[in-house]
Amino acid sequence: MNRPGRWIKANLFGSPVNTVLTVLALALLWQTVPPFLDWALFSASWGGGSPESCRQAGGACWTLLAERHRLMLFGLYPYDQHWRPLLAMALFVALLAASSHRRCWRPWLALAWGALIVVASLLMWGGVAGLVPVETAQWGGLPLTLVIAVLAIVVAFPFSILLALGRRSELPVIKAVSVGYIELVRGLPLVSLLFMASVMFPLFLPEGVTIEKALRALVGMTLFTAAYLAEAVRGGLQAIPKGQFEAADALGLSYWQTMRLIILPQALRLVIPPIVGQFITCFKDTSLVTIVGLYDLLAATKAALNDPAWRPFFVEGYLAAALVYFCFCFFMSRYSQWLEREVAKGTR
Amino acid sequence: MSTPIIEIKDVNKWYGEFHVLKDVCLEVAKGEKVVVCGPSGSGKSTMIRCINRLEEHQSGRIAVDGIELGDDVKAVEAVRRRVGMVFQSFNLFPHLTVLENLTLAPVKVAGVAPREAESTAMALLERVRIPEQAGKFPGQLSGGQQQRVAIARALCLKPAVMLFDEPTSALDPEMVGEVLDVMSGLAAEGMTMICVTHEMGFARAVADTMVFMDEGRIVEVAPPAQFFQSPANERTRRFLGKIIGH
Ligand SMILES: Nc1ncnc2c1ncn2[C@@H]1O[C@H](COP(=O)(O)OP(=O)(O)OP(=O)(O)O)[C@@H](O)[C@H]1O
Ligand SMILES: [Mg+2]
Repeated sequence: MNRPGRWIKANLFGSPVNTVLTVLALALLWQTVPPFLDWALFSASWGGGSPESCRQAGGACWTLLAERHRLMLFGLYPYDQHWRPLLAMALFVALLAASSHRRCWRPWLALAWGALIVVASLLMWGGVAGLVPVETAQWGGLPLTLVIAVLAIVVAFPFSILLALGRRSELPVIKAVSVGYIELVRGLPLVSLLFMASVMFPLFLPEGVTIEKALRALVGMTLFTAAYLAEAVRGGLQAIPKGQFEAADALGLSYWQTMRLIILPQALRLVIPPIVGQFITCFKDTSLVTIVGLYDLLAATKAALNDPAWRPFFVEGYLAAALVYFCFCFFMSRYSQWLEREVAKGTR
Repeated sequence: MSTPIIEIKDVNKWYGEFHVLKDVCLEVAKGEKVVVCGPSGSGKSTMIRCINRLEEHQSGRIAVDGIELGDDVKAVEAVRRRVGMVFQSFNLFPHLTVLENLTLAPVKVAGVAPREAESTAMALLERVRIPEQAGKFPGQLSGGQQQRVAIARALCLKPAVMLFDEPTSALDPEMVGEVLDVMSGLAAEGMTMICVTHEMGFARAVADTMVFMDEGRIVEVAPPAQFFQSPANERTRRFLGKIIGH
């Protein structure tokens, strides 16, 4: 017998139980895969411009995506200005790709991120260089999801490090404030925090001062993510042996030098998996900002399906949205695994 | 006699209720080599860790090079600049290469130019006989090599005094010699040293003064010849009998 034949016999038909399970699995696949392929590929409508063509085809309505993808991706953003968020996202994805290469981990990368945030905001906001101004209330879709997720992560991460250090501080006040903050925020559901940021926050502001709705949601997401990240970071700090602190003290390093140069580099690489897990959670949780009236990717998708003619094809719409979420989350997850291997090089 | 570089006078220390150091007095002159021994838990580590304020003492006076240790942060910094320490468990920074371990404090604490710090570091690695390991990470070295790197790291700030807390106890027997050799070389060059160690051969060869501690007290201070041949104290005799073995 050839090798694949032997493998099949050993692994799939090795015992009566295995044989039964293999046959059952094959039957299940036979029942599900061909109909799915038929729906998704053979009977699908790939274009044709109208819901009518989908109804005639009988399968998946990919025509929906061809016709409505701009609404799903950009929400309420003025239709003729869609190139602006598109360009902003392209720049963002390009810089993300560059950041994932170790060769690019140079000081200019931080500058590039700063520049990106400025350029992307100007692109989205307009009002300069002849761009029509667009209020944040009209932002929507994937750009909004990315803006909230990325800014929440970028701001929450350093904040969480301070919280984690504060929680281990020997100064009672700092410790109490950090512990209080972390426990309070972790005791609240994100939805209620978003509501509070959206509804209560403005009550504390002086008369006449208003803060953009998107910014309020961003603050809520940041505060929430920071509390969870802080606990992940603390886990890493606790794993560092006392001898490392003592050696740093004996060499005369200050507290902040010790943390920045000795403790955090070791602690953070230990907790890459939970930290990236929290980033992924944050990315997906942005879909909750819809409850304060923002049109993130999911809400924009829902809005794009609001047209009664297209409504029957919501499955295709949500599948496409899910695929977008999946791509970003999968990238983060794979990147975290790569990063773990990369930073461990040589040290063990 | 010149003024002592290390002055410990009537020092007491408690961990909560537990009285670890009891009226400890010790003076170390410039260039003097002191070997401290005593049973486990007698307070040897605690005493030498008080000298660079890894531990605080509650009463008495500790001064290094005339600088008294207290709550004054500047004084602590000044003392740490003058005192190098080598630990039982090496405590190298595992995420930095050997060379980076050595240049970190000179560059970040003393403000030495990176180039200069590197050439000093390489010279010290030559001296501890492992220049070829400069680019490796600590985890890739043997225990003996790691401890020699740790000694070089402590020397990088050009300290006036070196403290050793059982530098060879965590090593496999065949590596003890290479570390003691480096320490003997250092002693021969005139470094002021306080070593907590039970390597009595090393003590006999190198020490100017032997110190015996028991239950938080310094029980006996004597030159090695007298210390090993005719210890004055009964407890010292029993301890030596046990570790040298008859
Ligand atoms: N942080 C601490 N809190 C409470 N007690 C401590 C602490 N550190 C040390 N001790 C106690 O103080 C005593 C002296 O400890 P020390 O480490 O100085 O002893 P040692 O002479 O160095 O012993 P060894 O030879 O085992 O290293 C021991 O009884 C120890 O249990
Ligand atoms: Mg000890």
